[in-house]
Amino acid sequence: MNQEGNRNRIDVAIEVENTGKAEPQDARAPKEVSTFRLVATLALAGALAGLLIVLVNEHTKPIIDKYKAEQLQLSVYEVLPGVEHYDTWYLVDGALALTLPAGAKEADYKRLYIGRDKNGAAKGVAMSRGESGFQDVIMVIFGFDPVKGVLSGMKILDSKETPGLGDKIFKDMAFVNQFFAGPQTPLLGVKSGAGKGQPNEIDMITGATISSKVVIEIINNALEEWKPVLDKGIPEAPADPASGEAAQ
Amino acid sequence: MSDQTLFSIFFSALVVNNFTLALFLGLCPFMGVSARVETALRMGLANIFVLVLTALSAWFLNTYILETAPYLRIISFIIVIASLVQIVEMAIKKLSPTLFRQLGIYLPLITTNCAILGLAIFQTNRGYGFMQGLTFAVGAGLGLTLALVLMASIRESVEFSDVPGIAKGTGLVLIIAGTLSLAFMGFAGLL
Amino acid sequence: MKTTTAQQDFIRGIWKENPVLIQMLGLCPALAVTNSVANALAMSGATFFVLSCSSVLISTCKRFIPHEVRISAYILVIATFVTLADMLLQAYAPVQHKELGAFIALIVVNCMILGRQESFSAKNSVFRSLLDAFGTGIGFTIALVMMGGFREILGTGSFLGYSLFGPNFEPWVIMVLPAGGFLTLGFILLAIGAIEQRRKNKTAGKAEQMAEASS
Repeated sequence: MNQEGNRNRIDVAIEVENTGKAEPQDARAPKEVSTFRLVATLALAGALAGLLIVLVNEHTKPIIDKYKAEQLQLSVYEVLPGVEHYDTWYLVDGALALTLPAGAKEADYKRLYIGRDKNGAAKGVAMSRGESGFQDVIMVIFGFDPVKGVLSGMKILDSKETPGLGDKIFKDMAFVNQFFAGPQTPLLGVKSGAGKGQPNEIDMITGATISSKVVIEIINNALEEWKPVLDKGIPEAPADPASGEAAQ
Repeated sequence: MSDQTLFSIFFSALVVNNFTLALFLGLCPFMGVSARVETALRMGLANIFVLVLTALSAWFLNTYILETAPYLRIISFIIVIASLVQIVEMAIKKLSPTLFRQLGIYLPLITTNCAILGLAIFQTNRGYGFMQGLTFAVGAGLGLTLALVLMASIRESVEFSDVPGIAKGTGLVLIIAGTLSLAFMGFAGLL
Repeated sequence: MKTTTAQQDFIRGIWKENPVLIQMLGLCPALAVTNSVANALAMSGATFFVLSCSSVLISTCKRFIPHEVRISAYILVIATFVTLADMLLQAYAPVQHKELGAFIALIVVNCMILGRQESFSAKNSVFRSLLDAFGTGIGFTIALVMMGGFREILGTGSFLGYSLFGPNFEPWVIMVLPAGGFLTLGFILLAIGAIEQRRKNKTAGKAEQMAEASS
């Protein structure tokens, strides 16, 4: 669809190519521009650009960080119903720690959120994990009671599953509510209606078996990975309440 | 570091989340270059090369430099990509002038190919490590090439058919692309 | 040397030289984020912001940008505004930011913006460049919202999140999938081609008639 007089992408590129890469000895150039001036212009432009970005960043970063923290808080409280507040622990060298080693990147370490009741006693843990689903990676956060070995809740944090089919893993409330009913772990996915009534069964969604299966596997894999750490016992609440997150 | 396995990253980038047919990246060469299988293949290979270099650069930037200034990510990525393409262009010009002539205008166009910048951004967002990023680039590049070559071979055949006048050109390419995209959806769930 | 009027500079980007539908520039965002009208509007808004600011800045500084490095300079300017748009969107519209994802950053490689700088802003006054940017931006928005509208209405039965047909509507899911994006744009282009063809035939027919009448 390239009518005369209209420019398509190739025309734009050809024009740019023809006029852009002129050699310094090109007779068409009106005057010789010194390399210093070229570099200086770009450097100045770069510096101004950097300044502008830093300014706006100062303004927006606090807003963005606050929103992210709020979203995380909401998710943790959703999968740990009934906790007053929680503290965040990192998995460092096979053990739980409240702080990261100096100079470490937070994103490299797995996190465990330990929920507390108002007396500071442990009341469930939450963790998140992502694995490949039907379409792309599915991110799940779920709550777990290490004493009784049952789940307290589940929330899909990120999913790009097929709309109308795979996205039922967060839209089909009947499916989601199963994770809030305290199922035993490890979970066992069964086809809807074919279950034997065992306490660890989760009915998978008809037409979205793979997506449902992945959610179940994510939870089982996460628990398996964390088992050696959780078996060592849940650490006490930190003495300094500022290191935790207060409930709303 | 993401939890994804290397195999799933590769296979996903290749067919399940094909850069062109599922993620809509790299459409400009897709529309422009895909009339001849030979050109399509060459373009695809040039892209794979640039993609791998980009993945390495992005990993390097992310690990060592952008920790302190994450907001400079877009600017640094695009500068690196523009420089890489410039270098690749000069290299091809020296090593194979015929190839350089054949690719012509499409070589500098790789800079504005959304697939290159897209790869760098996806790699960053998903937190891929070194090997993961590399696998991602190879898979994505092969996927791009696959889509290009498929489209080119279909278009070569279509030339012998009786296409209505209004459909000739981009309209037809888009409809073929839509059908290809539908077909590729069948790969989802293979993992 | 201006050969176009201010009005022309503004109007032509809207339809006659519509960047997406006629010039085929900026296709990646046009297909990727038009699965709903809200996303289409957010992307158009961000692109509009980047295009306008870049055009104004580059037109203001055109005397200071040496010819040899102008492409790098344009890209630097555009990348700066894209970074700003990304940060502002993430702070003030986090839901939309998550939906658009990587495609906000990809505004940098939208050939439409670079093309406008190269062919217009570098050679014209600030005011004209602003008009040109506005016109192009509006054209881009129209194209994207058209695509988004088709895909959302047919694919989910809603518009901007408001359900149009009630709960018994069986959505045509493919429309919100990538395949649907390709097909929608393809059919829109076909329709435009058909309209153009009709118009051409009509004018050709009229010219014939006049030629016959005068002979």
